Amino acid sequence: MKISCNINVHHLARVEGHGNIHIDIKDGEVTHAAWEVVETPRFFEAILSGKKWENAPWICGRICGICSIGHTLASIRAIENAFGIVPTEQTIKLRILLKHMETLQSHILHLYFLAAPDFLDVGSVFPLIKSHPGVVGMAARLKQLANDACDIVGGRRLHPTRTVVGGFTMLPKKTELLQLKKRLQASMDDLTETAGIFKSFTIPDFQRETEFVSLKGDGDYPFIGGDLISTDGVEMKEEDYLKMTNEYCVDQSTAKWARLSRESFAVGALARVNNNFKFLHPAAQELAESFGLKPVNHNPFMNNIAQLAECVHVTLDSIEIIKELIDSEWDDPRQPVKPKAGIGASAVEVPRGILYHSYEFDSEGRIIKSDCVIPTGQNHANIHLDLSDLARQYALEGRNDSEIRLLAEMLVRSYDPCISCSVH
Amino acid sequence: MSETPSYLGVPITRPKVAFFDFTACEGCQLQILNNEATLVDFLSLIEVVAFREAMTESSDDYDIALVEGSVTRADEVERLKTIRKNAKVLVALGSCACFGGVNQLKNRFDDQEWVKKEVYGDHPIETQRAQPLHEIVDVDMKIYGCPIKKEEVEKIVTNLVLGKSVKHPKYPVCMECKANDNICLYDLGEACLGPVTRAGCDAWCPGSRFGCWGCRGPADEANMDEMVNIMKERGFSYETMLDRLECFGGFAEFTSKLKDQMEQDKENG
Repeated sequence: MKISCNINVHHLARVEGHGNIHIDIKDGEVTHAAWEVVETPRFFEAILSGKKWENAPWICGRICGICSIGHTLASIRAIENAFGIVPTEQTIKLRILLKHMETLQSHILHLYFLAAPDFLDVGSVFPLIKSHPGVVGMAARLKQLANDACDIVGGRRLHPTRTVVGGFTMLPKKTELLQLKKRLQASMDDLTETAGIFKSFTIPDFQRETEFVSLKGDGDYPFIGGDLISTDGVEMKEEDYLKMTNEYCVDQSTAKWARLSRESFAVGALARVNNNFKFLHPAAQELAESFGLKPVNHNPFMNNIAQLAECVHVTLDSIEIIKELIDSEWDDPRQPVKPKAGIGASAVEVPRGILYHSYEFDSEGRIIKSDCVIPTGQNHANIHLDLSDLARQYALEGRNDSEIRLLAEMLVRSYDPCISCSVH
Repeated sequence: MSETPSYLGVPITRPKVAFFDFTACEGCQLQILNNEATLVDFLSLIEVVAFREAMTESSDDYDIALVEGSVTRADEVERLKTIRKNAKVLVALGSCACFGGVNQLKNRFDDQEWVKKEVYGDHPIETQRAQPLHEIVDVDMKIYGCPIKKEEVEKIVTNLVLGKSVKHPKYPVCMECKANDNICLYDLGEACLGPVTRAGCDAWCPGSRFGCWGCRGPADEANMDEMVNIMKERGFSYETMLDRLECFGGFAEFTSKLKDQMEQDKENG
């Protein structure tokens, strides 16, 4: 018998922010499928208007409670680009280390606390504390390691305190870095075990051909600044990000949507892996391949596995960065800042994808105009279109309404959306 | 995880706790999960019955509601009133819930239509003045900070469970900063609201050589006039003072006075 059902998920759980899923199926035909974003806007671009430059990283970090470090660093880079400040090698290394640790923290949070419960048929991580204490303990250990690292380098895991335009207010102690390196080395066993756990999960087999956008690697797997690239062959400069995002308003969402070569595109770990696979650490490549993840992969559920591969990459890369930092003399933590009139834009890969900040300043460094384009904002249209295809495919396969509902929820969670961030 | 937790050998009841979020970054809720080392112990004290960011199940039967965020839309007003009806104890979690947080910076524009237009152009969007929770409903307790300090939340919730009273420090951040032997930010040439901001964060930002922005609001009997004098003496502009004082909304009463003072000084040249 052909399925007829109405699926309505109000304020989807285990995602950041408020979004709804609606799917109507009549006699096996999908008549309506929508991803709605109902989050209240906070109007950051208006809030910044008239404020001096030093407010921007501090206020913009508050766009997101999960990737506040990424927002702070994107804001700082945009200001430095506008004022013509080139960060020192030391600052670059410390920023990448800090970003890596935020990526690890965020990916572990998503993989274990938000995504894994679906695969283990529970509603949250809480019952797993009793049923799988070893696994939850390991997740907590990995997350704590990454969070402690953010404290050491950025001053605080959430809304960092040491990251400023020109560098850092203060530097970590080398003994702290040494300790961190040891913990990172030891954590590789936990990551290997995590991979084992995810191997035991059945990743839904769903494909929809998609354009993937990210920073373009230039010798390294890119995280902060550089050219932009898409799997459809589009390449742009960082400062031309508006042509890469083409934001527009829709009635069903308080977040703006984005498009490039097609109706929609995707950003995030899967987009980064698809565009920059060859720059991943060999161990991360090996892990990805063991799950059948190779570019260009069009299964959005594989974003989970791309995040897992990135956990391995950022851990191993951080160990190398710490070695270099320990072996070199400390430089001044901070360069002087001299504001000037002009525009500065930045592109930074944050856990959920490529993030852009841009500010226009007057000669005293007051903000005339600002713009933030958020990764999840760029993903909303893609999520929306994936949902219809997903519903169509699983209705055809004869799945029942609760199965389709769960798969739809899992699909949205695979993107690890940061909804309040996307609306900002 | 213990089934019947006890304190000094006396069994205690685990209260049903629900988490809710309004206009915010959800960072304060995340701070609860950021409590890896003590998370399991903490969760043994309470029964989490609603926490949308972390769990699918949800219940309207709860004793304590921990509410993050400020209120910026009509539907949020209604949702908050319902939560107030259901909860025995309603706790405002973080600066957005206590003072409006960074969201209330949009209130400084008289023309809210301009605010909408600046972000959405001609696309219609619904919003109202960003308000802290206590402007809409009775709030039993406030947990300050942007973000909240996880140790402080644990202490407060533990005290609630044990029926102990909860008291915030009356003194300013400056005291904690001195106790920690930090270099004074003013000696480093930086502005800092540590002398007037309520303590309890253990001088989180000044400990990183980053001046305080007052996210926890004013300490009891904060000497605002003296704060302005110190900043003036050290060569900081009214604009710098205002940026910090108005950032999280905790000093709203004083901010308007400072704006008047700015105008007066301008007139007097």
